[in-house]
Amino acid sequence: MIGIPISYIARNLMARRLTTLLTAGGMALVVYVFATVLMLAAGLRETLVGTGQPDNVIVIRKGSQSEVQSGVDRRSAGIVETLPFIATGEDGTRLVSKEPVVLINLPKRDSGKASNVVIRGVTDHGLTLRPQVKIVEGRMFRPGTSEIIAGSSVATGFRGAAIGETLRFAQRDWTVVGVFDAGRTGFNSEIWGDAEQLMQAFRRQAYSAVIFRLVDADRFDDLKRAVEGDQRLQLDVKRESQFYADQSEQLAKFISYLGTTISIIFSIGAIIGAMITMYASVASRTGEIGTLRALGFSRTAILVAFLGEALLLGLVGGVVGLIGASFMQAVPISTTNFQTFAEIAFHFTLTPQIIAISLAFSLVMGFVGGFLPAARASRMKIVDALRAA
Amino acid sequence: MFVPLFVLRNAFRHKLRTTLTMVGIIVAIVAFGLLRTIVDAWYAGAEATSSARLVTRNAISLVFSLPLNYAQKIRQVEGVAGVSWANWFGGVYITESNFFPQFAVDAATYLDMYPEYVFKPEEKKAFLVDRQGVVVGRKLADLYKWKIGDQIPLRGTIYPGTWTFTLRAIYDGADAKVDESQFLFHWNYLNDTVKARFPRRGDFAGVYIVEIRDPAQAAEISARIDATFKNSLAETLTETEKAFQLGFVAMTEAILVAIQAVSFVVIIIIMAVMANTMAMTARERYSEYATMKALGFGGGFVAMLIIAESLSIALGGGLIAVLLTLPVAEIFGNAMGTLFPVFFVSHETMLMQVGAALVVGLVASAVPAWRAGRVRIVDGLRSVG
Repeated sequence: MIGIPISYIARNLMARRLTTLLTAGGMALVVYVFATVLMLAAGLRETLVGTGQPDNVIVIRKGSQSEVQSGVDRRSAGIVETLPFIATGEDGTRLVSKEPVVLINLPKRDSGKASNVVIRGVTDHGLTLRPQVKIVEGRMFRPGTSEIIAGSSVATGFRGAAIGETLRFAQRDWTVVGVFDAGRTGFNSEIWGDAEQLMQAFRRQAYSAVIFRLVDADRFDDLKRAVEGDQRLQLDVKRESQFYADQSEQLAKFISYLGTTISIIFSIGAIIGAMITMYASVASRTGEIGTLRALGFSRTAILVAFLGEALLLGLVGGVVGLIGASFMQAVPISTTNFQTFAEIAFHFTLTPQIIAISLAFSLVMGFVGGFLPAARASRMKIVDALRAA
Repeated sequence: MFVPLFVLRNAFRHKLRTTLTMVGIIVAIVAFGLLRTIVDAWYAGAEATSSARLVTRNAISLVFSLPLNYAQKIRQVEGVAGVSWANWFGGVYITESNFFPQFAVDAATYLDMYPEYVFKPEEKKAFLVDRQGVVVGRKLADLYKWKIGDQIPLRGTIYPGTWTFTLRAIYDGADAKVDESQFLFHWNYLNDTVKARFPRRGDFAGVYIVEIRDPAQAAEISARIDATFKNSLAETLTETEKAFQLGFVAMTEAILVAIQAVSFVVIIIIMAVMANTMAMTARERYSEYATMKALGFGGGFVAMLIIAESLSIALGGGLIAVLLTLPVAEIFGNAMGTLFPVFFVSHETMLMQVGAALVVGLVASAVPAWRAGRVRIVDGLRSVG
């Protein structure tokens, strides 16, 4: 069977530029929304998954879902510290950080509207345990003082959090002496200070979480058994990577469900646009279809040609939509994660998977929109078609 | 009479095309209405507030609570009519996905302060006397098929352990704006249990709800309350209930802005589809328009015919869409369960839907109408569709 050349199909789209433009434009917008939403969910997941280290372990109170809800008293923290399988640092001490984590309400720099920011008290090993955290401006806080350092998203996003500025909370003025960057991780949305100083200021007796590094990431199950078998400890043990990944789930799911539903509803509009265009295309080329059939092209060839035209239309829309969506990667976004009740900054992230899904989505739109018109074209009788022209 | 009929006949000349366009418009306008309603639902908590109520919380953030003795001190502040308090419980019912708000409240004072929760008197009394009792909103009770007398277990996340409550009363909202998905139980039950197990965590209130005599004085009374606790261990931040609720909305503003933006995208999509339809329609009829001009009709009249045709299709679809939005929103709201406790289509949304249809009809016909109005008789008669 001989098919109709692709260049012939493509030229048909070029022949009616305005119609092609409007139809593909509608599809491009649908793909744009679809891809943007997936990028948002992917960006959130990437940020929180990247926050945790696979060989780090976090211990929180049983049943609590976030560090802020948790409380680990000093006695339990002390027992955890002596557990086996904990790695030791260069100075011979165990790589353990006992950290209080609370939320403070801060006004955003641009709108003045308040949001909750995580403030974390860290000890010496806090930085060792998170190699991705680098001081990019100023210096580290001095232990035993009311100095704090701010994550880069907090420093730019919230009032009083840039270097040299002060924040007032818990009856003290806290000076920001440094800004740290933690790559694309959740730590960028946190403020860090000295653990003991923060506990005194907030009048906390208990830590929120104990974080430590394993000698060997494979020993996690042994460690988990050791904690769960200890009658004195009412604690949950999680790999840090898993702990943060879990925190992205609800919001990421909400965004992708809502977004996919919206995109599917929107796509009905775009499919109808394609259908109208393709029906018109078939109607105005009845004579041409007759001629093609008379020349010996089969019904299948006609069907394929018109479907090809619709698919091409969808593809153009898909590519344009994706190009538009890729520009969104430059836009930072910051919102409250309802699982932790804390602000989290992240980026739209375009992954190869999203590109593939979006293009497939646009082709499906083209296919669904073009199938009925193409079927009508292929069913025409040669005589009738030629007579209609 | 001739012109409207002419327009209508023209509109339905290509039945398939017009029907498809209308379906597209209906889908788009329903989606637009639904998205606006989702945005409204976000603000529902703030809409349902009373200007006679203030909320006092810890100035650091909601994570920190306030000592119980603040109740007495707030009550003494000038202009305050009553004080109640509530603690966010944050428990899990069976699995994490069953989310609904749970508060431990000082029952007697709290229910008095929220007259919009309507109770059967005997149920309310049964709740007040049962320390382990709980009241829930109608929507929540329907969702989980709870009946009066049922035992409801919650797994604590902030307060460890499994907590069991007995359903004693179900409230209805006084109007559609009231959140019927709340789960309220006795603060005393929470406090006594917590105190027995963790003495240091007892006698704390999450937030104080303050009833004031004169809503116009809200700002002054708020300042007075906060001044009372200035430089204490737990400084307070007092704001109107509405500002308090809007604070939550502001936290997720980025998502809200995105939904709003997307609701306009669907209108642009359908504008492109409709513009395409009108462009094709006008192109096919150039010779007819030329004929009409030859008969003496002006360019303006021809343009008006196209605009009227476009508007009638768009508005026809738009009106059907507005009517369809109501049942669709009902189904959607029920499917979302407690995520959007208050979900109904407002009058403004309906007006905006009609407005959007109008704009789509006008914009879609602008270029074809302008072209057809200017077409020269000779060119028009020569053109083939």
